[in-house]
Amino acid sequence: MHANAPAPAEDEIRAIVAPMTSLEGPLLPMLHELQRIYGFVPEAAVPVLADVLNLGRAEVHGVISFYHDFRDHPTGRHVLKICRAEACQSMGANALAESTLKKLGIGWHDTTSNGAVTVEPVYCLGMCACAPAAMIDGRVVGRVDQARMQRLLDEAGA
Amino acid sequence: MKIYVPLDSAAKALGADDVADAIRREAAARGLDVQIVRNGSRGMVWLEPLVEIATPEGRIGYGPVSVEDVPALLDGKMASLGPVDEIPWFARQTRLTFARCGLIDPLDLDEYAAHGGLAGLRRAISMDRAGIVQEVLDSGLRGRGGAGFPTGIKWKTVMDAAAPQKYIVCNADEGDSGTFADRMIIEGDPFTLIEGMTIAGLGVGATRGYVYLRSEYPDAIAILTQAVKIARQRGMLGHDVLGSGQAFDMEVRTGAGAYVCGEETSLLNSLEGKRGTVRAKPPLPALEGFLGRPTIVNNVISLATVPVIFEKGAKHYADFGLGRSRGTVTLQIAGNVKRGGLFETAFGVSLGEVVNDIGGGTATGRPVKAVQVGGPLGAYMPVSRFDAPLGYEEMDQNGGLIGHAGLVVFDDSVDMLQMARFAMEFCAVESCGKCTPCRIGAVRGVETIDRIAEGAPGAIDLLTDLCETMKDGSLCALGGFTPFPVMSAVTHFPDDFATHREAAE
Ligand SMILES: Cc1cc2nc3c(=O)[nH]c(=O)nc-3n(C[C@H](O)[C@H](O)[C@H](O)COP(=O)(O)O)c2cc1C
Ligand code: SF4
Ligand code: FES
Repeated sequence: MHANAPAPAEDEIRAIVAPMTSLEGPLLPMLHELQRIYGFVPEAAVPVLADVLNLGRAEVHGVISFYHDFRDHPTGRHVLKICRAEACQSMGANALAESTLKKLGIGWHDTTSNGAVTVEPVYCLGMCACAPAAMIDGRVVGRVDQARMQRLLDEAGA
Repeated sequence: MKIYVPLDSAAKALGADDVADAIRREAAARGLDVQIVRNGSRGMVWLEPLVEIATPEGRIGYGPVSVEDVPALLDGKMASLGPVDEIPWFARQTRLTFARCGLIDPLDLDEYAAHGGLAGLRRAISMDRAGIVQEVLDSGLRGRGGAGFPTGIKWKTVMDAAAPQKYIVCNADEGDSGTFADRMIIEGDPFTLIEGMTIAGLGVGATRGYVYLRSEYPDAIAILTQAVKIARQRGMLGHDVLGSGQAFDMEVRTGAGAYVCGEETSLLNSLEGKRGTVRAKPPLPALEGFLGRPTIVNNVISLATVPVIFEKGAKHYADFGLGRSRGTVTLQIAGNVKRGGLFETAFGVSLGEVVNDIGGGTATGRPVKAVQVGGPLGAYMPVSRFDAPLGYEEMDQNGGLIGHAGLVVFDDSVDMLQMARFAMEFCAVESCGKCTPCRIGAVRGVETIDRIAEGAPGAIDLLTDLCETMKDGSLCALGGFTPFPVMSAVTHFPDDFATHREAAE
């Protein structure tokens, strides 16, 4: 979804979360579904979720802000996650992340000016025996060196 | 011709999908009749993508295979590794939990049953609850998620609790760096986990289960979701499990990127749709867990080991191991290591044997400097401790912990002061915020380590005191154990802390 797309209507949000109301502990599945559809959790969802689940708005906000995954704003067209955890560090992840961010001229969580890529840190992708690792739009890549990273960035149009 | 190309995400991360495509393409070009099976991983990540060709002499391995190798592979001109189960790294293992992983198509329930699957569940169905729980007690199985708590005792508590609804919750949050056993078994043999959870349900009288699976594992989520669907269609799950008249069903839930949600009470809060803060114990989750009901929370590997215990008998399992650590440990050899992967073996193997002998030393070829055992809350072990046997008590005596059994190897280029700093930084980022020593202490820890780096006198003493405060004043192991990696770095690698001081002087 583009940054300038109209904010989703309350009805639309209600329709998305309605099928999940019968779940035990429905809030996280609802937030994941909203983020899957919109790319982030729209502000307009907060009062709807509070209403549907009989919670305070502050409580819903509190849950959204607790988790690293949920965003309140759109990302670039692609999301690149670079692992920063120990096993990847042992294979040069710090230098890889540093040079990638430098090349793109952005910091963690930022998006390139052409809107192509958002770079986020991640702590372990379960690729610790083929480190360093990265993930682009849900696809994992192992033994990432400078050349492989450049290919990923090129493919993403960064 | 039957060719196996793993679908494990580590294999995919190293190009397995492209290799599978190339095999399809090249086979068509040659007019070869090829059936490609996407199996799980055999655990030899250093050989991935590990392609196997079925022959009358067994499954012959080739790896790592690149797209460029495929023509030679199909023309019989690529050098082989020989029969996969005779590759020494594989042959010297004791594969109980991972017996089927890499062998079969993970979503083929018939093949699962043909390789020993469902035998454990059938046996459990023939037993009463007390008998099921006793079998787990007798196996000596201890929780593989980190704390090593006897699984049978936890099950007994839940069995004895009276409640209209009980739950089985599988902890698949696997946030520790250096670990991937949960991911690998879910991707490679998901029915094992489903079977283990079902046996748990029958044993304690729980009819509903949840797997809390971290969002960083999209492939595992997809495979397990599919496996649950198939299990339901085939009557392995549902109101009448394998015709037993007993009910059990389960759902897969996705985490949301919080490391602390691997802690069982935080996980339960998260599953309930709350902030993932840690709950004070008591009450134990076994008595008041998910939605306040009696709940088993077990790690993936704990639960996935249950079927083989029931298939082969508790004694068979308990006969492996060392001291009070019974059965096998599913080691994950990771980081800067030549031969990394999943290595299942009886408890008792020494740290040095794992790193040097099995792992082959570092990938870079430089000397090993340190090994972090047990994830971000585990100690950094120096080479001088390589005699330490891998067992719960034995590691404890050596100032370390097994945790989820991940080992991250570092070569001599690592700066241990930076690793200590990272441990504090990670704790600060991931703290649930409930205890001051964890939330604020970790931030102070980063600052104090920076001051050590600047050569500030007395900063090491400050750090030591701070670690004591964190150990004593934290509700869970995130704040309470972060001092382990930090202080082990200070203790075993004083030069990395001293050189900075001298450089500044
Ligand atoms: C900060 C923290 C993170 C944890 N992460 C995990 C995890 O990712 N997976 C896991 O199984 N246990 C984890 N644990 C341990 C769980 O709290 C709990 O002991 C375990 O799930 C119980 O299952 P088991 O007895 O089968 O090991 C964590 C504990 C702490 C304090
Ligand atoms: S030690 Fe840290 S993570 Fe654990 S309960 Fe306290 S604040 Fe939360
Ligand atoms: S530490 Fe990077 S993938 Fe595990």
